[in-house]
Amino acid sequence: MSADAPAPLLDVEGLKVSFATEDGIVRAVDGVSFTVGAGEVVAVVGESGSGKSVTAMTLLGLTRGPNSIFEGTATFEGTELIGASGKQLQRIRGAGIAMVFQDPMSSLDPVYRVGDQIVEQIRVHEKVSKAQAMDRAVEMMERVGIPRAKERLRSYPHEFSGGMRQRVMIAMALSCSPRLLLADEPTTALDVTIQAQILDEMRTLRQESGAGIILVTHDLGVVADIADRVIVMYSGRVVEQGTLDDIFYNPQHPYTWGLLGSITRIDADRSQRLPAIAGMPPSVLRAPKGCHFRPRCPHAFDKCGEVPELEHRQPDVPTSLDRCWLPVADKKRLRVIGDQIGLAEPAEPETVSA
Amino acid sequence: MIRFIVRRIFAAFFVILAVTIITFLLLGALGNPAARLAGRNANAAEIHLITVKYGFNKPIWVQYYNTMKNIFTGKAYSYQQGFNILTEVKHDYPATLSLAFGAGIIWLSLSVLVGTLAAVYAGRLTDRVLTIVAMAGVSFPPFFLGAIFLYFLGYKLNWFPLGGYASLNHPWQWFKHLVLPWATLSILFIGFYSRVLRSTILDNTNEDYVRTAHAKGLSDNQVLRRHTLRNSMIPIISLWGLDMGQLLGGGAILTETVFNLQGVGQLAATAIGSLDVITIMVIVILTAIAVVLLSAIVDILYAVLDPRIRLG
Repeated sequence: MSADAPAPLLDVEGLKVSFATEDGIVRAVDGVSFTVGAGEVVAVVGESGSGKSVTAMTLLGLTRGPNSIFEGTATFEGTELIGASGKQLQRIRGAGIAMVFQDPMSSLDPVYRVGDQIVEQIRVHEKVSKAQAMDRAVEMMERVGIPRAKERLRSYPHEFSGGMRQRVMIAMALSCSPRLLLADEPTTALDVTIQAQILDEMRTLRQESGAGIILVTHDLGVVADIADRVIVMYSGRVVEQGTLDDIFYNPQHPYTWGLLGSITRIDADRSQRLPAIAGMPPSVLRAPKGCHFRPRCPHAFDKCGEVPELEHRQPDVPTSLDRCWLPVADKKRLRVIGDQIGLAEPAEPETVSA
Repeated sequence: MIRFIVRRIFAAFFVILAVTIITFLLLGALGNPAARLAGRNANAAEIHLITVKYGFNKPIWVQYYNTMKNIFTGKAYSYQQGFNILTEVKHDYPATLSLAFGAGIIWLSLSVLVGTLAAVYAGRLTDRVLTIVAMAGVSFPPFFLGAIFLYFLGYKLNWFPLGGYASLNHPWQWFKHLVLPWATLSILFIGFYSRVLRSTILDNTNEDYVRTAHAKGLSDNQVLRRHTLRNSMIPIISLWGLDMGQLLGGGAILTETVFNLQGVGQLAATAIGSLDVITIMVIVILTAIAVVLLSAIVDILYAVLDPRIRLG
């Protein structure tokens, strides 16, 4: 694993994104830092509204607008992205960093043939003839598993199924050999078999080209399948970060416990209600003081009124960082529900001796 | 494509049938046509004579059949004026055609320009100024704007003739006679179209495929031209087809009359003024044909612009 590679491909430091709305300032991303190395798959997980998509889109400047406010830096191969000029961003978009979006049904322009859309991607960055670009488009489409690519090149997006469209999106994103791929819930809109195939394509990409991948998702099954490292976001903040094993076998933050506890298991007792984290994520307009998860956390205590820093809290696990005041020793006990990791019911009062 | 054309011709037939029946019944409801034709001082015998001559005493479906037969065999004559209506329409049509197509091209291209600018600079000064100008344009009725143009640019400055139509055989004269009518008609439509285009562009700006286009590394300008604008033209084209159909059927009554273009619109105005039933009938049919034809053309354009739409 290349988590400790010398110079990371992408280095995000203290990224904050706020939007001025009529109701006030929305802090969508509130101080996010992480790195992605070449050939590394970093999963960003969290509920809707946790700021994971905004983080990914901000890296490409896609959240820029008259009402957006940015702080922090994101350095990609030596270029600072947050303050980059429009021209600089254009050169990086699609070439250095490519993005695959959540909804393949609406992410392709309905009025152009898919081949032309891939060719457009290639020709905006490389001086090649249309015929050469077409050849590359066919090659890319074959690589992502689109049968009869030469014919399908001439089809319009509406003539493809959702899974095929997402393949087209991936073919397009990969056509300029990006060093970093941002995949924003690339499989959410797809059925499970297609999901697995798309994940295979991404795995192949990582192996063949050594590109780094940021995978934004709320599906922990997908994370377990492909990620090297995991970043857990809640209400605009990274609450926990670690290797795949850290997160799945030794999670430190109660929110992560809740996420893991909400995975439906095929061997679960069917008479029981599906486990869920009680309550709702806080409104981004009126986030609670201190730890954002405090109102939903059954283990919250006085200290949670202060914001915990994202830091190493287990001396023997250098890869793991979290934002939780609970004593590490207590966590092993608190996170076990039955024989699984989970979040305790808020009804049973859980007192912690600090 | 053949299926599409056949179906359209079939549809056109029923549209025209319906339009003629409704118009015929409505015009019939105006009262006894014989009394109107006979004049104010006619006696009963004279009215009876006219009634028999034109067949007004026959059952209504026979009257309808005869009228339609006359119209479609080119033997329809104006009761009041006695002229052959089809000859008259043929004579007046070049003026209407010139007005409609000239203005249509001008207002379509200028609305795309104005609407795009307003959308690109949405909320800023350019947008606000264009909004006001567009509103003013929509608010000027052609008879007012036309009169202003004629007075200042025609009468005072003498740049343009004071109305009338010159045939295409003298292109320069033709052009000079049409500039003011084109402007009058276009200003009205530009105001409306540019508003529609502006809001369509602004809606499409938030579409996922526009975000994809940005993420590909296209410049803002390329994203606008290739993706946003292209998708936003679809509703504009359908509006344009309907309005052009109207105008080609003689719908520019006010503009044609103000500038004395002697087109089909002006013919319609005269016919309505004197309750010239058969002439009105013919022009209504003409409008119906024009609208059906234009909407077929628009559907073809639609399928070109948006591949999700299939003809047939």
